[in-house]
Amino acid sequence: MATIAHGTPEIAAEEVNYLNVEHGWKSWLLTTDHKRIAFLYLISITAMFFVGGAMAVLFRINLLQPEGIFSAETYNRLFSMHGIVMVFFFLVPSIPATLANFLIPIMVGAKDLAFPRVNLLSWYLYIFGAIFTLYAVIRGGVDTGWTFYAPYSSTYSNSYVLSAAMGVFIAGFSSILTGLNFIVTVHKMRAPGMTWGRLPLFVWANYATGLIQVLGTPVLAITLLLLFFERVAHVGIFDPNIGGDPILFQHLFWFYSHPAVYIMILPGMGVISEIVACFSRKRVFGYNFVAFSSMGIAVLSFVVWGHHMFVTGEAMYTSVAFSFLSFMVAVPSAIKVFNWTATMYKGSVSFDTPMLYCFGFIGLFTIGGLTGLFLAALATDVATHGTYFIVAHFHYVMVGGMVMAFLGGLHFWWPKITGRLYPEAWAKFAALIIFIGFNLTFFPQFILGYLGMPRRYHAYPPEFQALNVLSTAGASILGIGYLIPMIYFVWSLKAGPKAGPNPWGATGLEWEIQSPPTTFNFDETPTVTKEAYDYGPVEEIVG
Amino acid sequence: MADALIHEAHEPDIEATHLRHHFATSAQQMDASMLGMWTFLITEVLFFGGMFAAYAVYRNMYPGAFASTSKFMDVILGGTNTAVLICSSLTMVLAVRAAQLSKRRDLILFTILTMIFGTAFLVIKAFEYHSKWVEHLIPGFDFQYDEPRYQHNAQILFFLYFCMTGMHALHMIVGLGLLTYLLVQSVRRVFNANYFAPVEMIGLYWHFVDVVWIFLFPLLYLIGHRR
Repeated sequence: MATIAHGTPEIAAEEVNYLNVEHGWKSWLLTTDHKRIAFLYLISITAMFFVGGAMAVLFRINLLQPEGIFSAETYNRLFSMHGIVMVFFFLVPSIPATLANFLIPIMVGAKDLAFPRVNLLSWYLYIFGAIFTLYAVIRGGVDTGWTFYAPYSSTYSNSYVLSAAMGVFIAGFSSILTGLNFIVTVHKMRAPGMTWGRLPLFVWANYATGLIQVLGTPVLAITLLLLFFERVAHVGIFDPNIGGDPILFQHLFWFYSHPAVYIMILPGMGVISEIVACFSRKRVFGYNFVAFSSMGIAVLSFVVWGHHMFVTGEAMYTSVAFSFLSFMVAVPSAIKVFNWTATMYKGSVSFDTPMLYCFGFIGLFTIGGLTGLFLAALATDVATHGTYFIVAHFHYVMVGGMVMAFLGGLHFWWPKITGRLYPEAWAKFAALIIFIGFNLTFFPQFILGYLGMPRRYHAYPPEFQALNVLSTAGASILGIGYLIPMIYFVWSLKAGPKAGPNPWGATGLEWEIQSPPTTFNFDETPTVTKEAYDYGPVEEIVG
Repeated sequence: MADALIHEAHEPDIEATHLRHHFATSAQQMDASMLGMWTFLITEVLFFGGMFAAYAVYRNMYPGAFASTSKFMDVILGGTNTAVLICSSLTMVLAVRAAQLSKRRDLILFTILTMIFGTAFLVIKAFEYHSKWVEHLIPGFDFQYDEPRYQHNAQILFFLYFCMTGMHALHMIVGLGLLTYLLVQSVRRVFNANYFAPVEMIGLYWHFVDVVWIFLFPLLYLIGHRR
């Protein structure tokens, strides 16, 4: 992909990398190195993932019995906190703040992101927001659902809405700053020869994500601020008793939160493009289409929010328009899926762990995406709205898609990030466990939703018990599946075999520098002379 | 010719003081800073956009109440503030110009003038807020309205007034903080024709905040105004 003009070889310097160049907590907490900040983010979001996961374990236990085990109040708080923590503190920052933060400067041939200090600020904002939200968790939680719908959240809810919402408000700025940094970096920091047409598709996907973060998140900020004033001073803006319009809250909320679901999937699609090319030893089929489909998704994401409001008093013709536009999102999404599949066609496909997650992503995202079309259709949405069908649909996209891609990407770049290999057999086993656990958890929920079980209730009719028990059993398997990588990744940090600069034989600037990279990534600014994914004829590659 | 060569030879030294390690040239650094600032301002547009959307919805929903609230808007003070802000924009852009030409005295002078105009705006705004307080027009705090049929709807509209102008004023206060930083740096001779990105960035921010007011003034004070 590129040739790097090496300076005078330094024998002793090879051992120095971004991890061991400095020691002590200050060198981490005051760092402006994008790789160290990515590491800080990785630790933070993993912690939040397990907090959100613990909530899920608890409410799945509750659903073992039709009458429930906890009180309705407790159950409401559990699923609300699960949603808030997972969406705002895991999924939104998951790939952008960790893998993309680490990789984008390297992939474009830069020493760092355009604004390194802003990058560190974004991590502190994230932590500050997380503290607010965790305070709400510790004090007893929030029971509004992750959507904070007014007027329940502003007037009636007797839970810690303010601190949870302010946590989300603050974390939103961390997301904005990450997106802003990516946009400027991609525009202004590319190395000589790194044209837009040579950018890895991972960069394209995160650039599109950055646009959504920058354009959408401020609207969430003002929405939560209005909610704040409404709850504190009862000014009436969302209170129908005195002429306020709660539907306005929903419009403003979804104007961010629908684009936000593409923040939670586009970076995953970028990861899949990288993995599928590497483990098929082929250039991604239809590079331009895959790149522009990311941009297409980003643009369309802003004109589909009304499909969340088909049953909440939206004008009929408005709903028809939103329904049509929502169907359009399927086009760029399908382009990606077909092109990944076409990339594998006649490729030299190998079944390393990242590729297993990649297969998982493509299959599960396809199911999640296609069921999205059911929900974009007005008539079926009226029937399935607010049922487990929706829950299953977005978990297929968010967990089956994004978390699979996150884990796939983490396995793919782990040797680069840490310089160590993970145990391949355990990793394959965990990938299998996660795939089985995931489907066992969420496939029954499609059936439950189709049969009419509403979401967000702590109790249900006895005839739904068998499927709910299946789902809880799946969740337990899924939970174990997530713990295994956690354990072997920590183990490999200390004891994993040395990876070398390019264990996969992959192309891309990040594989041409040492593992782990030095603080400034490149000794000299690289000059790029080749296209992305320059894998060449299959038989020439020696695995 | 010789001058140019000498200039060329000296440039790396001049640049070296402000060029951050991860940029290749100061032109690249300047470009990145400007794009970053413009992108940030776009996020600000979206932030205020949420309030403008709410304004449009309620203005459309309660035209009668909206017309009745307009008599409480002081066009004289609002108009004065508009003039003050436009003047501050002029002095701001003159400050940027002064920095680009390495005219340190002018830079300091125009920065101070901009701060004076900015402060004047906030003082006038404070008087306006005070009169609303006296008239019990603060939403959520003992709100009383002389036309009972609009009691509730007027509260929402006054909330929008306070929210929009309050957010604007908050941005003005942040702007004054930035200008203070600018003043200190100017006194310390940081800026010259080779390095003025922070001046231009703060200028962009200041102009943006002015433009927000240019929209707020007609929407809140002029439309449907009657005495």
